[in-house]
Amino acid sequence: MKELLSGNEAIARGAYEFGVTVAAAYPGTPSTEILENFSRYPGVYAEWAPNEKVALEVGIGASLAGARTLVTMKHVGVNVAADPLLTFAYTGVNGGFVLVSADDPGMHSSQNEQDNRYYARFAKIPLLEPSDSREAKEMVGLALEISEEFDIPVMLRTTTRVAHSQGLVEIGEPGSRELRPYQKEPQKYLMVPAFARLRRAALEERLTKLREYAENSPLNAVEWRDKAVGVITSGISYQYVREALPEASVLKLGMTNPLPEALIRDFAAGVKKLIVIEELEPFIEEQVKSMGIAAIGKEFIPQSGELGTGILVEKFIEAGILEQPAAGITVEGNTSTVPVVPGRPPVMCPGCPHRGLFYALKKLKLTVTGDIGCYTLSGLPPLEAMDCCVCMGASIGAAHGVSKANPAMSNSTVAVIGDSTFLHSGITGLLNMVYNNGSGTVIILDNSTTAMTGHQHHPGTGRTLMGAPAPAVDLETLVRALGVERVRVVNPLDLAKVQAIIREETSAAEPSVIISRCPCVLLTKETKPAVLVEKDKCIGCKICIRLGCPSISMQDRKARIDPVSCTGCGLCIQVCQEGALVKGGNADA
Amino acid sequence: MLKPVDVLMVGVGGQGTILASRILAHAALEKGYDIKVSEIHGMAQRGGSVVTQIRLGKKVFSPLIPERGADIVLAFEKLEGLRLMPFLKPDGTMIINEQEIPPVPVLVGAAEYPTGIIEYIQSTAGEAVVVDALVIAEKCGNVKAANVVLLGVMARRLPFEQDVWDRALAACIPAKLLEVNKAAFAAGYEYR
Repeated sequence: MKELLSGNEAIARGAYEFGVTVAAAYPGTPSTEILENFSRYPGVYAEWAPNEKVALEVGIGASLAGARTLVTMKHVGVNVAADPLLTFAYTGVNGGFVLVSADDPGMHSSQNEQDNRYYARFAKIPLLEPSDSREAKEMVGLALEISEEFDIPVMLRTTTRVAHSQGLVEIGEPGSRELRPYQKEPQKYLMVPAFARLRRAALEERLTKLREYAENSPLNAVEWRDKAVGVITSGISYQYVREALPEASVLKLGMTNPLPEALIRDFAAGVKKLIVIEELEPFIEEQVKSMGIAAIGKEFIPQSGELGTGILVEKFIEAGILEQPAAGITVEGNTSTVPVVPGRPPVMCPGCPHRGLFYALKKLKLTVTGDIGCYTLSGLPPLEAMDCCVCMGASIGAAHGVSKANPAMSNSTVAVIGDSTFLHSGITGLLNMVYNNGSGTVIILDNSTTAMTGHQHHPGTGRTLMGAPAPAVDLETLVRALGVERVRVVNPLDLAKVQAIIREETSAAEPSVIISRCPCVLLTKETKPAVLVEKDKCIGCKICIRLGCPSISMQDRKARIDPVSCTGCGLCIQVCQEGALVKGGNADA
Repeated sequence: MLKPVDVLMVGVGGQGTILASRILAHAALEKGYDIKVSEIHGMAQRGGSVVTQIRLGKKVFSPLIPERGADIVLAFEKLEGLRLMPFLKPDGTMIINEQEIPPVPVLVGAAEYPTGIIEYIQSTAGEAVVVDALVIAEKCGNVKAANVVLLGVMARRLPFEQDVWDRALAACIPAKLLEVNKAAFAAGYEYR
């Protein structure tokens, strides 16, 4: 039976069919749905870890104990998990181990578009790149086999278009889930220098065998067609190449580390002109060229952003490789006269509790070091209430660094960080601020969920990924234990109180934490009646518009509240100086 | 012989584009098409444009429809329809809902909601079908079925039999909402 599955659903299905029993992850677009789907299969265990490093370490333990194991994360998550990963290559596995790295070319939902294929090369581990959902499922099985046969963790690298595109996948039956027996082997698993040196040498031996495997693996295959042009490609780029150059011969690499050198040489010798087509960095191309093989690639193919059939056709025509587009592809049309279209950037939802806090921060003209989450949207107009955002957990260290560099900024700088992000990697930053006699103010935006990626549980929510009740960490107790004595809790929808508390805490000469606590509006689903406009009182000053709420617009120079999307949070009532906005319905009447 | 069909659905979060694409994919699966569907999740989704690409054919490679590649653009919101005009084939069909949802740059006065969208599309698209789907859905009993009205308008232009659509609707819509959605689909199908 065939089902239409996204790449992420297919990976989850593959893990289930090919005997994975333990999976761990921290949510991150475009990887999140893998664990959500996997956790629903019978007889498996899956968990959200507080961050990717912990997830990978849980996976190492599960593999050691003999389970086939899956660990998933977005590309930047691998940065967090890199420490255990690079040594895990030395120890190798017991149960087969697959690390999914979900890269995001084009940065649909990320702060950078790093090409994580280099991590596989850096860590010296095998790398598989599926080009659609069908391959994604099959490659989970092959990755597990390679992992066990060659005693090494395997990276399965997807990209947004593979992870979030759906294709037809043959559904199979789940296979054996027996644990491999565990044996104590310190020389293999205990990486002190004397043993690590042995495993370092063993890693090269394993790589040599993997190079032989790559030459004959079903993952790498030549599709001979016209030999005037030959294309080496991998991942989603394969699909674009098949449309843009349907007649060209293709060497499709499903396994891109280590590369099959002899196969590449044979293919190169069989074609007149060799082109390497890959999204992002010249990962394959540079290695092909270093083999002394003449090829072109990034000379004319973009090195940043996503590729697509249209881009390839255009570049092939420019480079004289293609005379005219293949049937069904049009490159010329009447698009030059399209009127200017205003953008529709992402925004915070109507009723989002973060809005109140950032409105207060903007009013107080503070320097705000930011972090990763829905609230990063506060940096965009009209709120523009965030100064920087780099990576998960960076806000606290950055605020501390600002105040150490320029003490005059100390009382006007705050760090803001979400609850899930704080538990991911903010705790150590706060510990550092306390330890080094900082006096910064950290605002934890506690909306009781991991909102941006679609409401996943975390150690503060009281539930696990599998739905079991769990102890919920108490943020007040946690930050006090780190040495913070000034701890305040405030509802961000109470604007006057939020501003007063921020003023008090930023002027204090010791570290302080403000917990801005209100659940995500999409979680509670309890909305109050929509706010009403008393038109005779509205003077059209647009102060309410500055909240950046999608429910508020201007109509005939008066405020208008959309009765369908307004949740009745009441922030606009508080900012209106004219009393023109009033509670709707008869709530509290 | 299955004629390839490329459909782009675009709207704003909450308008039901994903359900509409699911029903189309279900119908296409029964007809024996190879299918690829592409969506974007995450940050790009929060109140932003939601684009779903559906490609049907004997064998589909890329999940993405190139510029000037869509046979049909189904726009749930007027401005979003205009935004995707470059993706419509020169002889393609634009089905556009008259609903306007101003984006934040318009709300805060940094941009104007363009005027003359319908006229532009009527003069540019191979075929332009302008639908007031909210009104039609309301007449059918539920304003939230506007997405299925639009799907019905598109269905007439695809080579699928009525009973294929019936089964797809039944498979994708909860039983208690099925009748109103069937009515909405039929109203869209009959729309001229």
